Amino acid sequence: MTIALVRRPGLARIRSDRSWLHLLCLGFLGLVVVLALFAPWLSPHDPNAVDLGNALAGPSGAHPLGVDGSGRDTASRLITGARTSLLGPLGVVVFSTVAGVVVGVAAGWRGGWLDSVLSRSTELVFAFPGLLLALLIVSIYGEGLIAPVVALGVAYLPYVSRLTRSLVLAERSRPYVEAYRVQGHSGLQICLRHVLPNIAPVVLAQSTINFGYALIDLAGLSFLGLGVPALTPDWGRMVFDGESAIQSGYPLCAILPCVAIVLTVVAFNVVGERWADQVARRDR
Amino acid sequence: MTETVLTGTVLTDTVLEVSGLHRSFGAVQAVHDVSFSLARGGSLGIVGESGSGKTTTARIVVGLEHADTGEVRLLGRDRSGPVGRGRRPRLERAREVQMVFQDPFLSLDPRTSVHGVLRETLRLHFPERRADHERRIAELLEQVGLGAREAGALPRQLSGGQRQRVAIARALAVEPAVLVLDEAVAALDVSVQAQILNLLADIRTETGIGYLFITHDLGVVRCVTEDVVVMRHGRIVEAGPTAQVLDDPQHPYTRLLLDSVPRPGWDPKGIAAARRALL
Repeated sequence: MTIALVRRPGLARIRSDRSWLHLLCLGFLGLVVVLALFAPWLSPHDPNAVDLGNALAGPSGAHPLGVDGSGRDTASRLITGARTSLLGPLGVVVFSTVAGVVVGVAAGWRGGWLDSVLSRSTELVFAFPGLLLALLIVSIYGEGLIAPVVALGVAYLPYVSRLTRSLVLAERSRPYVEAYRVQGHSGLQICLRHVLPNIAPVVLAQSTINFGYALIDLAGLSFLGLGVPALTPDWGRMVFDGESAIQSGYPLCAILPCVAIVLTVVAFNVVGERWADQVARRDR
Repeated sequence: MTETVLTGTVLTDTVLEVSGLHRSFGAVQAVHDVSFSLARGGSLGIVGESGSGKTTTARIVVGLEHADTGEVRLLGRDRSGPVGRGRRPRLERAREVQMVFQDPFLSLDPRTSVHGVLRETLRLHFPERRADHERRIAELLEQVGLGAREAGALPRQLSGGQRQRVAIARALAVEPAVLVLDEAVAALDVSVQAQILNLLADIRTETGIGYLFITHDLGVVRCVTEDVVVMRHGRIVEAGPTAQVLDDPQHPYTRLLLDSVPRPGWDPKGIAAARRALL
């Protein structure tokens, strides 16, 4: 497969050809998703229950991962925070994938002026860094998860649409498409029934990798105090809240969400890359 | 020699008639004043070396390419222009002419099973006979010598010969009047070639379909065609009944093609010299 997925430089060096790493990452992602889904039943305490008398306590039987500066249970906040931390990137990925595939297929399949218009206008989005775009929109619309998710969705759209366009161009020139044309199938039928299913695995692999990046970006936003409302448990927000705890020599409640973010992003990367590799190998 | 119009055994019943076809790509004249005709149930070969314009001619006939000037008549209807928009003209055109492509490894969707390919075609062309499709699929598979085991297989699980059988079955499912075979056996090894050629001969006697056989292989032409057209640099240099053209070639290029077939006593240097002399 000559079409390369877009990856950020720092993560490009993690090789995914070792199957144990892939399985480990898959297992970790499964665990995070299960924790997020069943958070209300799995978290040992109310994530927002404040207990100032117990602030910054170390790990104990009642609080296995300690408590933060406001006396809230870190374990409960991590588990409940997985919900917002995964839901946001999911929104970004769903939006950018659906819109990106529509734009990319339209541009690649129809070609001509439509291709020029769509390609140029999506490239225009590249001019704005995703995080800046999100900051702009949040500053206009105020707090809330929807605004930054839509902004990042738009920012990630060109990555998907460009990949889709190049895949469609490659697929369109394959003889089986001509064979279907001679058979009397319409262009739309060929595109939906044959071209889309053939390019889907690669696009989904890219979206899986994008999920990790969107998670970093959204965590960064909520670390800046934007996006996620103040009381909602969220990993990025927890790092922000934990800053003062680090200054008072008690880093656990800030470090743990950092670790959660990094591991989840790496896991999404490894799984996405591995998936793309498998698709490429099967096709040849 | 360029204005030769061929007729098969029956003069009146012509399914495909091509006259004065021209097509150029930039400065290259790919097809220059090509005319031929194919009788119902007949078999016409177009031979020539790579780049002689035979594949472009075939692509114009099936509507994948358009001619600059000239006329393609299928079942008496003018099909020179682009395939009409909308469902009816598309299906009508498909039922007049079908095509089997050169490379069976590329002409099938890698994600669609053999059964799926045939069912899709039948659903498109014969939606009213839906109840009958399973029987028809079995019939088509049997016609091309494939069994129930292959029906559920994906293209990558099949050999080259089996894939080409699938491609033939897919073309036959439309029940076309003309089948264009563009180097349909060139990608297969020799023993499989023979099987596919026999299969094609059988299908023609059973269904009365007409073949337009595009090939560079003179052995194939002798085997399956009644008439032959020899093309060179986009022009027809010789045309006539296959046996006559191959046994008593009139044009030096046809003789060169015949001499170029490797056999005992073959003289590649002499052929190269003759080729240079011809240019």
